[in-house]
Amino acid sequence: MSRDVWTVVALGMIAVLTALTVMFLSWGIGNHSVGFGFWVGSVLTLGIFSYLYKDNPFYKFAEHVFVGVSAAYWIAIAYWTQIDRNLWGRLLPEQFPQGGHEFNGFYIIPLILGIFMLCRLIPSIGWISRWSLAFIVGLYAGLRMYGFLQSNIMEQARDTLRPIIVPGSLVDSINNFLLVVGVLSALLYFFFSKEHKGVFGVVSRVGIFFLMISFGASFGFAVMGRISLLIGRFDYLIQAGTPSAGRASVVVAVIMILVLLIQAFKDKGSAEEA
Amino acid sequence: MLWKTQIPVAIVFAVGMLTLIQWFVPHWPFDQIQVHTTQWFDIIAVFAVILGGLNLLKLQLQKVISRGRDWPYALVTIVGFLAMMVYGFSPVGVPEGIRLGDHLQANGSHFRWMFFNVFTPLSATMFALLAFFVASASYRAFRVRNAEATLLLVAGIILMLGRVPLGAKMTAFLPHFMQLPTVQEWIYAVPNLAGARAIMIGIGLGMVSTSLRFILGIEKSFLGGDE
Repeated sequence: MSRDVWTVVALGMIAVLTALTVMFLSWGIGNHSVGFGFWVGSVLTLGIFSYLYKDNPFYKFAEHVFVGVSAAYWIAIAYWTQIDRNLWGRLLPEQFPQGGHEFNGFYIIPLILGIFMLCRLIPSIGWISRWSLAFIVGLYAGLRMYGFLQSNIMEQARDTLRPIIVPGSLVDSINNFLLVVGVLSALLYFFFSKEHKGVFGVVSRVGIFFLMISFGASFGFAVMGRISLLIGRFDYLIQAGTPSAGRASVVVAVIMILVLLIQAFKDKGSAEEA
Repeated sequence: MLWKTQIPVAIVFAVGMLTLIQWFVPHWPFDQIQVHTTQWFDIIAVFAVILGGLNLLKLQLQKVISRGRDWPYALVTIVGFLAMMVYGFSPVGVPEGIRLGDHLQANGSHFRWMFFNVFTPLSATMFALLAFFVASASYRAFRVRNAEATLLLVAGIILMLGRVPLGAKMTAFLPHFMQLPTVQEWIYAVPNLAGARAIMIGIGLGMVSTSLRFILGIEKSFLGGDE
């Protein structure tokens, strides 16, 4: 029973989404309607938040819209910024002058490799996409190997080689000492060819302490980042709840809560009957 | 075997070696390698993105046709995908006088409207939702069980409190070096940096060795299972 109801709700939402798309296509609502945007944004924002109650059709609807829309969004962005300007712009510069490039015939190679990549959709010739993948893997390995060697190893090691005794500054001396000890001990912790016992064990344990502080700091940043996003969404909902926005978020929230409550009571009733 | 395995491995070796050589020989023609191959990389990556989108469409269509589990939602994905594709690639909803392609950023275009009213609310809320799960995860992570967990707890709390006005107000009566904003700054600049630096060096070493394994053909996982 419950599943059928949710299927009807989902199909209803699809109908609404399709109707909105058709309206956009024919009447061009998107050109001028800011208020309408608040309604759409409120439905989707509250739909995602409804997951806090439990997995429900509002959330599933919003989640699936997100998957579809974001896939097409990134395709469009990637195509117009790369293929249009950098590929067509070099192969057909007269027809695609927006890239500001001159003709370069070598760009036929990435075009061919790109088409090979799409061959993956056809199982019988899907193996040919390995050539494109091989190009990407080889290029990335060559570029990043040197890049990481330079930035992650050489530069980090260079900055760690600090004077342990800084004349006239006890604080800097202590900080530099802690930094050197921290980096060396944490690196030793990752050395697994020798058992962590005795002096080696003590040093690697000191390394764990530094790593834990680092993880704590990263965790703190992650929490703060998410909270600031959350504040942003609440700010949006408050804005969408004002009279000038048609109190969109309030109306949508009330409707969603009512639907979820009714369904919860129905589920409870059918569970008791069973 | 030759076409499916040996040629891809040879391509990785040739491209990887050429890219490596250009770092050490900054003269023509090697100096051109980085300029153009990174562009090639971006172009091929776009085809990979397109492949991903088409694959998504294929899977969702299969789900709808076979009436698989939750198939109505697959229809939602298809409608969302097609709607955004129409606004992204057709003249529909492109303001007059704006070239197709420039409409992505143009005021009044449907694509831009979809970005601000559909894509942004969805992506921002999806990540904001994680705040609640991070809260429950913090409860589990921050339960003090041993010295290491205590350090994680203390560092995390000091960093969070020290970066908001509340933290500064709470410790305003203490000497400057003991106030939370100062302490968090020190934690961030010294012990956190030491730990993070060790991790970065470890990542760097791992990256170098993995890249070498790929270039030399020792690592062939990118070929998939049936090599």
